[in-house]
Amino acid sequence: MSRMLEVKNLSIELERNLVLENLSFGVEPGETLVILGPNGAGKTVLLKTLLGLLSHKGTIEWRKGIKIGYVPQSLPVIKDIPMSVQDFFELENISEEETKEILKSVGIKEDALEKGINQFSSGQFQRILIGWALVGNPDVLLFDEPTTGIDIGGEETIYNLLEKLKNEKNLTMILVSHDLSVVYKFAANVLCLNKKLICTGLPKEVLTKETLGQLYGSEVKIYKHEHE
Amino acid sequence: MNSQFIQSLIAGIFIGGLAGYLGSLMVAKKMALAGDALGHVALPGMGLALLLGIDISIGAFLSLFVGVIIVWLFGLRTPLPMETLVGIVFVASLAIGFLIIPQFELVEALVGDISNVTPLMAVVSVFLSLVIFFILRKLYPGMILINISEDLAEVRGIKVKLYNLAYLLLITVVVSLGVKITGSLLVGSLLIIPAATSRNLSNNLRQYSLISIFMGLSSCVVGAFLFQYFNVPAGPAIIIVSTIFFLLSLLLKKK
Repeated sequence: MSRMLEVKNLSIELERNLVLENLSFGVEPGETLVILGPNGAGKTVLLKTLLGLLSHKGTIEWRKGIKIGYVPQSLPVIKDIPMSVQDFFELENISEEETKEILKSVGIKEDALEKGINQFSSGQFQRILIGWALVGNPDVLLFDEPTTGIDIGGEETIYNLLEKLKNEKNLTMILVSHDLSVVYKFAANVLCLNKKLICTGLPKEVLTKETLGQLYGSEVKIYKHEHE
Repeated sequence: MNSQFIQSLIAGIFIGGLAGYLGSLMVAKKMALAGDALGHVALPGMGLALLLGIDISIGAFLSLFVGVIIVWLFGLRTPLPMETLVGIVFVASLAIGFLIIPQFELVEALVGDISNVTPLMAVVSVFLSLVIFFILRKLYPGMILINISEDLAEVRGIKVKLYNLAYLLLITVVVSLGVKITGSLLVGSLLIIPAATSRNLSNNLRQYSLISIFMGLSSCVVGAFLFQYFNVPAGPAIIIVSTIFFLLSLLLKKK
């Protein structure tokens, strides 16, 4: 198997509700896949299932021996615990040197090490989370809603950062987003999801009026026209 | 200082420090009231122990063990939230405790009596406290990660269910030890107040756990001296000292 990930006939049921039905797709090494869909489409559920956190029907096969990094959407509880950035990375059992290096690579200044984790803006905190996911040099990065909670003006740079990391570390990325613009910014492959698979492939080819209508309802057509 | 006092003091220092340490995890996990509930569940066993003349910690532990299993069995039969089930078991335990404990011993069971600490008890308390302390220290980073996010912990290969089970067991043992110091009613505060105080004063995890331990053991020391020299009941004295530390921490708290 040369693919990073092969998913076949995946169905997920949560509390007797069918959240995702009969989903099949694959991810190639070095690919960036954006899982796109409106809120409640089952994107985060899919991501958690790929991480092995939820039970499912069908098969999920990761390439043997690869490491997976996970960047969650947010960690609200962390601000209730008195914790420095260094403490947070020490949970991973890595040295101060490694932590500094990782922080540098995600654009956080070295002197942040001693700072309390609750003293960062949400944009900076997301960078720290990305850094945390990079511990142990993963081959694949799974990222839940990169835009959520990012400071205005900071959004662009998170994407630049991901682009940079992807190239430097030869990462395969799977991102979840409800935001159509993410797909274009990344020029990535897209998997449109609304309980079931609506389209998959290159955004230019598969994001048509019909598929977007199926995804979001009619108002999105205008957005698409503006972009083209 | 007589040897009885020294035994009490030693047991207090170790159990108080340990309770503070464990409490720092419970406060982080928003489980602050679990210790209170479990303290009450311990009461019937403590009553039996007093009647049979065995160590109350042994009775407390057995009672807690049975209580936890009953909650678990209830959980299998009803979708009611765990909190509700614990609520039922804990008031029922309290009622049973009141019924079986003779009037005279009741106060001791409810608010503790450290003057009862025998040399053997002191040695066992020290030994158990150290063992649990080292287990906790080993589990601490994983526990903190689970508190932050169970998903993240699981992705990092931490066996969350196993950790949670170990955690519950450790709380059970520490509560069983703690009832000796402060009694069934007050044992929850032995776990929670030191950690809450520490939360106000600390900037990182290291400070947080160290200050929690220090607050736990120093309230026990001051409380034990108040008991020895002013004849105040030790359990309530310890908790009041602990609360005063907390109030001071509010004044010192960094914005």
